[in-house]
Amino acid sequence: MSTPDLSVTIGSLTLPNPLIAASGCFGYGLEYEQVVDLAALGGIVSKGLFMKERQGHPPPRIVETPAGMINAIGLQGIGVHRFVAEKLPALRRAGARTFVNVCGTTIDEYVEVSKVLSQAEGVAAIELNISCPNIKEGGIQFGCSLAGTYDVVRAVKKATHLPVIPKLTPNVTDVASFARAAEDAGADAVSLVNTFLAMAIDVETRRPKISNVLGGLSGPAIRPIAVRMVWECYQLVKIPVIGMGGITDARDVLEFMLAGASAVQIGTQNFVDPFLWTKVLDGLSDYLTRHRVARLSDLVGAFDPTPPKAVHA
Amino acid sequence: MPPVDVDATVIHNARLSADYSVLSLAAPEVGRRTQPGQFVMVKPAGVTDPLLRRPFSVFEVLRGGQGEITGVSILNKRAGRSTRKLYELDPGDVVSCLGPLGVPFTPVAAPKAAWMVAGGVGLAPFATLAEALAASGTPATLFYGARTADELFYLDFFERLGVTLVLATEDGGRGVKGRVTAPLEAALASVGPAGAMVYACGPEPMLEAVAKLAARYRQPSQVSVERVMGCGLGGCYSCVVPVKHGDEHANLVRSCISGPVFDGAELVWE
Repeated sequence: MSTPDLSVTIGSLTLPNPLIAASGCFGYGLEYEQVVDLAALGGIVSKGLFMKERQGHPPPRIVETPAGMINAIGLQGIGVHRFVAEKLPALRRAGARTFVNVCGTTIDEYVEVSKVLSQAEGVAAIELNISCPNIKEGGIQFGCSLAGTYDVVRAVKKATHLPVIPKLTPNVTDVASFARAAEDAGADAVSLVNTFLAMAIDVETRRPKISNVLGGLSGPAIRPIAVRMVWECYQLVKIPVIGMGGITDARDVLEFMLAGASAVQIGTQNFVDPFLWTKVLDGLSDYLTRHRVARLSDLVGAFDPTPPKAVHA
Repeated sequence: MPPVDVDATVIHNARLSADYSVLSLAAPEVGRRTQPGQFVMVKPAGVTDPLLRRPFSVFEVLRGGQGEITGVSILNKRAGRSTRKLYELDPGDVVSCLGPLGVPFTPVAAPKAAWMVAGGVGLAPFATLAEALAASGTPATLFYGARTADELFYLDFFERLGVTLVLATEDGGRGVKGRVTAPLEAALASVGPAGAMVYACGPEPMLEAVAKLAARYRQPSQVSVERVMGCGLGGCYSCVVPVKHGDEHANLVRSCISGPVFDGAELVWE
């Protein structure tokens, strides 16, 4: 059998493989050039960008929890103009397929940031951050209201020719209805999940373990919930779903793709092992060869809900 | 040189006390690349508890019988879950070791003197720096403070390199009673015309005191900070410290890639 085809499509985008570095977990991409060939990834998502620079929250900003971590970075970032001037040219030279995570405190700001990116060279798509749990204004305000989700996606779609991919929060009762609202507003795909709102207390001091008190939980601990949410969205909407949440290896990628993800993002595990990308790609090729599947994309949504056979330990 | 990630076998885990150990790792690729003041990200291999690696200054670059580099060691102090697990490792266990990372110390040369100020586990980056200073013939002094005499480690190592030792313990069991900043200030007050470069690593209040003392006596300083760190490569923005250049307002910069060694005059203390 010939080499398995790992390429995937997300609407009009074709990626050489489904692995995308998740926003907030990969800096602006260039930090990782020394350990990974950016062109070898399916894509990268930048840190969240507003119009202006932001300092974020005071440290401590993260704390480790069982099989995961809670973060409240507070979207520290250089602003869209500096990103376009200082980062995009180098990302383009490196051959990265760059998704830009767009933030805003108002719909106008989402639109303005998106317009700046539309005029820049080298942006593959816009990921709309309507799900960051760690800032007071904007973000999750839109992502926790069906009307807010619809309005911000609609407004940005009108303002740009780029594919628009809202990133959904899991901190809602029915995430699939938000995927539907995004689809109705013209979204080209949805990505999910962002982090789960969480907190951790130092019982010795009775104080919070991170300065913002609340933060977002990520890592392997959330993976089964994220898989369930991807499956729910995949069943309800026709647009592609990009899945994420605690992926550590090829089997985890396959789990998300079988549940309906057209591509996946990897975040926290990149902190644990910045060299994981080639290992995961090798694992995917091995799986396809072993299962005699020619194209990875054939597995999207190929989950079989037939109950498993009883297993005797 | 870019960092490497190796599954490093534990050669030896020397328990120095109930809290401290020196974990020696077979990681020649890391050792060959390491400059004084750089760090590695370490965790037991193949587990999700702990999930994230923890940052450690490279303590020693280890050498074999022919002088060839065989690995690195880290000075580990039991403080939480992760450091407790590292303390309990035995020879043959395997850890994931990513590095070397970060901005190293800039060594000074004679006639300038090198004054290293260490508090507790902050001794870690100074073994390799002392070797570099000895190799260049730079006069070096180690101001070293700990809780008790039992927690002053590797004194003979530094003595063999010709480093002058100035010790302080909180209980007065050895050296000056109290903080190490007291003898440092006395030395700064009588520093010679060639001046001294002050290097510091240790608890935050000590770092602040050292940086401010150095500034007061118009001597340059290089301070190695420690922050909760997620990745070590600039990806997560967890480990930020406020830094100020000249009259600019302070910016939060990542201590993993802009540090851990900073110009003491540029750090902003909160």
